[in-house]
Amino acid sequence: MARVFIPAQWRDLSGGTADVQLEGATVAQIIDALDARFPGMAARARDEDGIAAGLAVSIDDVITSRGLRAKVAADSEVHFLPAIGGG
Amino acid sequence: MSSTTEGTKYKVIGTRPVRHDGADKVTGRAVYGADLRLSGMVRGRILRSPHAHARIKSIDTSAAEQLPGVLAVATRNDLPNLKDKIANLGEGAVNLAHLSANVLAHDKALYKGHAVAAVAAINNHVAEEALALIKVDYEPLPAVMDLTEAMRDGAPLLHDDVHTNSMGKKSEKPSNISTHIHFETGDVDDAFAKADVIVEREFRTASVHQGYIEPHVATALWNADGHLTVWCATQGSFTARQQTSELLQIPVSRVTVVPCEIGGGFGGKIAVYLEPVAAILSRKCGRPVQLVMNRDEVFEGTGPTPGSATRVKLGATNDGKLVAGEAWLAYDAGAFPGGMIGPGCMCVFSCYEFPNARVDGYDVLVNKPKTQAYRAPGATQAAFACETVIDELAERLGVDPIEFRLNNAAKEGTRRVDGPVYPRVGLVETLEAARNSEHWKTPLEGPHRGRGIASGYWFNIGLKSSAAANVNPDGTVSLIEGSTDIGGTRASIAMQLAETLGIRAEDVKPRVADTDGVGYTDVTGGSRVTFATGMAAHEVGLDIQRQMTERAAALWECDVESVEVEGNTYKANGNSITFAELAGKLGQTGGPVVGRAAVDPQGSSHGFGTHLVDVEVDPDTAKVTILRYTAIQDVGTAIHPAYVEGQMQGGAVQGIGWALNEEYFFDDQGHMQNASYLDYRMPTSLDVPMIDTIIVEVPNPAHPFGVRGVGETPIIAPPAAIANAIHGATGVRMHELPMSPPRLWAQMNKNGS
Amino acid sequence: MAKKTHVTTTINGQQVEFLCEARQSLLEVLRDVLHLTGSKEGCNNGNCGACTVLLDGLPVDSCLVLGVEVEAAEITTIEGVAQDSCLHPIQQCFLEDAALQCGVCTPGFIMTAKALLDRDPNPSEEEIRFQLAGNLCRCTGYDKIVRAVQDAGQIMGNQRGATSAAAQANGSRASKAKARAGSK
Ligand code: FES
Ligand code: FES
Repeated sequence: MARVFIPAQWRDLSGGTADVQLEGATVAQIIDALDARFPGMAARARDEDGIAAGLAVSIDDVITSRGLRAKVAADSEVHFLPAIGGG
Repeated sequence: MSSTTEGTKYKVIGTRPVRHDGADKVTGRAVYGADLRLSGMVRGRILRSPHAHARIKSIDTSAAEQLPGVLAVATRNDLPNLKDKIANLGEGAVNLAHLSANVLAHDKALYKGHAVAAVAAINNHVAEEALALIKVDYEPLPAVMDLTEAMRDGAPLLHDDVHTNSMGKKSEKPSNISTHIHFETGDVDDAFAKADVIVEREFRTASVHQGYIEPHVATALWNADGHLTVWCATQGSFTARQQTSELLQIPVSRVTVVPCEIGGGFGGKIAVYLEPVAAILSRKCGRPVQLVMNRDEVFEGTGPTPGSATRVKLGATNDGKLVAGEAWLAYDAGAFPGGMIGPGCMCVFSCYEFPNARVDGYDVLVNKPKTQAYRAPGATQAAFACETVIDELAERLGVDPIEFRLNNAAKEGTRRVDGPVYPRVGLVETLEAARNSEHWKTPLEGPHRGRGIASGYWFNIGLKSSAAANVNPDGTVSLIEGSTDIGGTRASIAMQLAETLGIRAEDVKPRVADTDGVGYTDVTGGSRVTFATGMAAHEVGLDIQRQMTERAAALWECDVESVEVEGNTYKANGNSITFAELAGKLGQTGGPVVGRAAVDPQGSSHGFGTHLVDVEVDPDTAKVTILRYTAIQDVGTAIHPAYVEGQMQGGAVQGIGWALNEEYFFDDQGHMQNASYLDYRMPTSLDVPMIDTIIVEVPNPAHPFGVRGVGETPIIAPPAAIANAIHGATGVRMHELPMSPPRLWAQMNKNGS
Repeated sequence: MAKKTHVTTTINGQQVEFLCEARQSLLEVLRDVLHLTGSKEGCNNGNCGACTVLLDGLPVDSCLVLGVEVEAAEITTIEGVAQDSCLHPIQQCFLEDAALQCGVCTPGFIMTAKALLDRDPNPSEEEIRFQLAGNLCRCTGYDKIVRAVQDAGQIMGNQRGATSAAAQANGSRASKAKARAGSK
């Protein structure tokens, strides 16, 4: 199961829980699993076009550009982070 | 000065060939955006708001349109109405309604210098006369310039439709705080309670500009067939194409962006300003229109990088271990929501291992130009705060500042405060290189002198790059790529192709193509070009090599599998042929060979740097002189060491300017008072010494040649390093940038030193 | 439309005539009337040096000179520095020493450096920094520019050190430059 870190600002929905083990082979499935466990999280993580604007998903220290389709391995760590640009 | 890959396993990588575009650039022949001359081309100028905040009740352009020589006038009415559409620009999303309103003000002018209307005329002088004839009816509104003011309830609101976004949760009331970010790990309060020493300080930094010498420029031709071509100075032609097409609501297939040579960008030439406006003017008058900004327009109308207010609190135990950290960061966004607070929050503690930490960050709207990225956007403000407190903590503990950093340095396996765990990174190596440097080992003598050190971190990004190459009959290779070359990247990309094929750097002829001439390529930014476009060039090389192997097999009528490649030589069954010889035989073996690649490397390549500086402070005037400077950085692998050093030196000097002089001065009306190079004092050659560099190479496992990306990290450490050196020289700790003579003098005299 | 003045001047060794309005700067004339776009505009008010040209051998910000002022003057622009398809030592050293990144400041720096080295091929680092202080570069941090000027000075000094007869016989670019400067 992947280890999913819950951003501090979503812990109002998780009762303070900071990380959980979830089943999911893609980011989409992870978000669904998160939402099943902590209803309301999908609304924070996603918008019509995929990952919510301004948000990035890091899988094992790699920020993915594959969005909801990005693969998550059984022993992966998943983080939701603010998106970054560069100069 | 440098220990690099020079003279090791590579033939081309690590050497210093003359750049391919060099002759054009030293003879004045290179065509920068403003050098373009097209048949029938006319000029345009922009009318800008004299108010920092005002409702635009009406715009009357009739008198301007009547002026002889005027060909077209454009206002907000010429832009399609875009309702809060979000576009992903590769490097972060952008709200198109905001972008559109920044290009030509819609219902409100949100900063002095905000573009309000534009004129095309037979020359600049006539266009300027026409601007004076445009009547704009403004209703001035109270402006808010200070970010802590803007955060208060009851402050003048810039946008009534911006709500605070807290990682997907929106506030009910509109607010000048567009984003709130919060990270928390461990038990912070408990850890502070157990700390032996705690230091907490507040900091301010002023708005600073990227300062590229070439002003923004765009030339547009809206052709009779409806096709739009834009020639411009942009860091990313594809991003410029996308923004232009979205803002004008025409398909990308109808827009070609031709990147001209570009005179610096540093993050400030990613967002479009002039491109859509030139396009509208051209559509209206049927001729190519060139818009070039004046320097004061660059300062007042384009992206400074955020000013900031920050607070950092660190706790350590007597044995020199950091146990807790807390940071509060507010960055000004300018007139539209910005994007620098996220990386600011992610970078503030990124150099150290913090078991317990809390970070809060706020993106705050104020009546200043929309902020833009500037070299490691958001990291410098954060590092100024953190590295100054680290220095004070080391001093309180009586530990050497390098020792203290080494004790707590982030390394492979360190979990960052924002969550992810570092792979192999090189901060420790840069600190060790600092400790072993001549600079550190040479005692600093003399009164009023001090030495400072600071470290800095930037992600470095990957993103998308495409490239293609044709093998010529004489054994050279023509390379086509899409990364605008701001600092010698044609060379660093071509060298990676040459290395792959075993040929010389001079035998690769790189060309930066327009958006119809090459596959999608993201911006030149994020320190990504040598990394990602270099990776594409490497793959192009492998593709060519594979095809050349087939040709050798065809020539010798043998199996492809039996052909071996060694450098530039192909061998099989006692036969042997060089790349160049084989290139001459392509006609007989199946025709042209074209290699291609498109890459999208994921993740960050983690750039760490450590800077050392010696200063002398004039006890009477508080003027700071930089006596000696050494920039140390883990670059992974230095492809072209001279341009790597150049990035480190250039970034360091920009950081010196940020530290000591540069700032936007506003009067109480929100009008910038120093919108010229004379008054916005960037460093000159006389203000700085030679900048020594130490290149550390901890190869990046995620790149075929180990490249990490170089360009941004060097700007991060200088302000903190200089602040720490000033403390050594004067006993004063500075908590505000720039540390200009009046500010430092006041502190020195307050403390009676 | 503003009235135009007829001006005759010498640019890069060639006599040139042009018409210009009183309000047009030399930089505007060079770039827009004569299509010599090698001189760059960074500020248009004398603060960045990107527009530097030599006016009767002295470096000037061409944005601060009016077009009508250059009647009968002798002007060298970046386009006139390389001779006979051969780079000048300063240009060569800028390339070899990687003294440019974006390159937009480079024409101005080369002109200022040329004025300095034509006068004194062996200036101190301090002198170089002082002379170049009117030219802004935002990319390089100046280190490699100063070194390129030092290296070019050495080459120019050596070329000048050769006997003047030999130098003139082989048509050395440096000696030509010197002869031109000396003729003022
Ligand atoms: S353009 Fe003339 S000095 Fe800047
Ligand atoms: S090389 Fe870019 S301004 Fe000097």
